[in-house]
Amino acid sequence: MSAQKTLFDKVWDSHVVHQIENGPEVLFIDRHMVHEVTSPVAFLGLKNRNIPVMHPEKTFATADHNTPTINQHLPVADPLSANQLKMLEENAKEHGITYWGLGHEKNGIVHVVGPEYGITLPGATIVCGDSHTSTHGAFGAIAFGIGTSEVEMVLATQCIMQPKPKRMRINITGELQYGVTPKDVALFIISQLTTSGATGYFVEYAGDVFKNMSMEGRMTVCNLSIEMGARGGMIAPDATTFEYIKGREFAPKGEAWDTAMEYWETLYTDPDAVFDKELTFDGSSIEPMITYGTNPGMGMGISKDIPTFDAAQGGASTYKKSLDYMKFGEGDKMIGKPIDYVFLGSCTNGRIEDFRAFASVVKGRKKASNVTAWLVPGSHKVEAAIKEEGILDILTEAGFELREPGCSACLAMNDDKVPPGKLAVSTSNRNFEGRQGPGSRTLLASPLVAAAAAVTGQVTDPRELMQEPVAG
Amino acid sequence: MAYDKFDILTSTAVPLPIENVDTDQIIPARFLKATERKGFGDNLFRDWRYNQDNTPKRDFVLNNPIYGGKILVGGKNFGSGSSREHAAWAVYDYGFRCVISSFFADIFRNNCLNIGVLPVQVSADFLQKIFTAIEKDPKAEFEVNLPEQKVTILATGESEPFDINTYKKGNMTNGFDDIDYLLNIKDDIEKFAKSRPF
Repeated sequence: MSAQKTLFDKVWDSHVVHQIENGPEVLFIDRHMVHEVTSPVAFLGLKNRNIPVMHPEKTFATADHNTPTINQHLPVADPLSANQLKMLEENAKEHGITYWGLGHEKNGIVHVVGPEYGITLPGATIVCGDSHTSTHGAFGAIAFGIGTSEVEMVLATQCIMQPKPKRMRINITGELQYGVTPKDVALFIISQLTTSGATGYFVEYAGDVFKNMSMEGRMTVCNLSIEMGARGGMIAPDATTFEYIKGREFAPKGEAWDTAMEYWETLYTDPDAVFDKELTFDGSSIEPMITYGTNPGMGMGISKDIPTFDAAQGGASTYKKSLDYMKFGEGDKMIGKPIDYVFLGSCTNGRIEDFRAFASVVKGRKKASNVTAWLVPGSHKVEAAIKEEGILDILTEAGFELREPGCSACLAMNDDKVPPGKLAVSTSNRNFEGRQGPGSRTLLASPLVAAAAAVTGQVTDPRELMQEPVAG
Repeated sequence: MAYDKFDILTSTAVPLPIENVDTDQIIPARFLKATERKGFGDNLFRDWRYNQDNTPKRDFVLNNPIYGGKILVGGKNFGSGSSREHAAWAVYDYGFRCVISSFFADIFRNNCLNIGVLPVQVSADFLQKIFTAIEKDPKAEFEVNLPEQKVTILATGESEPFDINTYKKGNMTNGFDDIDYLLNIKDDIEKFAKSRPF
């Protein structure tokens, strides 16, 4: 009988080109996604070495981090941003790389468009100079973020040097309560593990909750793997995965599809495979989550009070610094706190399902007058679906406007900056100090919680605004 | 890109006893618009270091002339968050050659190793001893010895070993980089590429 392997081992081991003695492994990369911010210095490196991109056909470029989300048809006003976008276009052209720049119909956030066009495939290795590359693990791929030196490495050699991470499995059993979304599951896990609890590990998510989750939901969960320090997270591909991929532009077709399927159906963790660490949580105990501090691990059920210093994990001085920044106190209730901004979007929650969820709460209601709302689709494809499905009409009726695709206020590199001191409920992935603009304060939450805040002007449990479907 | 060789570093250190220092603090996103690796040190810890009107914040350690040196000492889980190598560039460009912490985020650690900044992970106890030594005497010196994989508090003589894989250690001590290594096994890589189904 052959050795029992985890899903992660199966994919990793099949990509090892070379093992360096007492050093990292050389891993072959099937897909390299490139964006404008972390690539220019890497391309400059190739130029200095006078070498080409080794496999331009495995490399895909899109502009997303540093793009405006209004008036994309006009020239980009900020000269530094415009220059960075121009560099990406020139580099892509020079090296023969597929390029979906600003204004291109396939443009969008790199981790949204990759799956949308079938670039992301089970059993593949995928890297990008962006930590949320872990998103693609939703398809049973090994996907992780890399630095610019490593971007240059992959452009030059289609390989990356990595020590093999340890294996962790996180099981969520049972069924989620009504109003609890994949985002809440992820924020719950991070709140339990802290932002460093999975550092050095590659995580597999397993259990009924993930089996019953859509691909959009799985992407949200895997996306946030990095926020607990994990190298990446993945979910074994199944019928849901294959159905999502089939027919997409870059996915295998005909005979190639059949061959791929034969392989993909072997991608699961063998029953007796061993993990270095295994955790199990009861999915039915999770409630809608919200963060109260300055890292994604500082989250709790929305009905709870902010923990006291002694109950919190980590150093007391760091914890106090964090609450001071947020202008919150120990024991504060989050429910009822007035908010100023709502951001729906990002590679975490900028997909069609997220807009459906947001619309389900705001339908028939009005945006609160004290709230500025930025609704930013993850891609043009998402934008088109929002219009086709009539979601735009619901949003417009409720007093919301839709912006154009991009990373936007998630990292606030463009003009979408939350002003100093203002409090934002955001569906993005990081609530670090100043992340959404210098001095901005961020509460991370699901699209449902964001919608409830947008129409009430304060932190609100979305379940109060939702009608639970009658069973049967 | 080849970088400076790292052998034995003896220096004073700058203390930053804060946990979970993320790369958004090390270099905020609005400073990532450059297309060359230049000038990032000016914006290292920008929003902790400067007020919104660009005047220095007097209570931040980088603005305190008592502290200086080529070693940055940070709290647990240093460099979490974004993969931006700009954070490591900013640390390097400011003049640091070594970061000591009791725990590093993975991507930041790799980024440091790739540009010639040595990440040294020590025990929580030893990290506290380093902070205490600096508190007692801001001019206290530390020796980071890469060949022997050991960090020493020179004032007390206390030392602790640290881990680094042999391959990366060789690169750091010789100033080699990974791409040169990989280009030397290009034929193996191309052969492997042909065997991939997609």
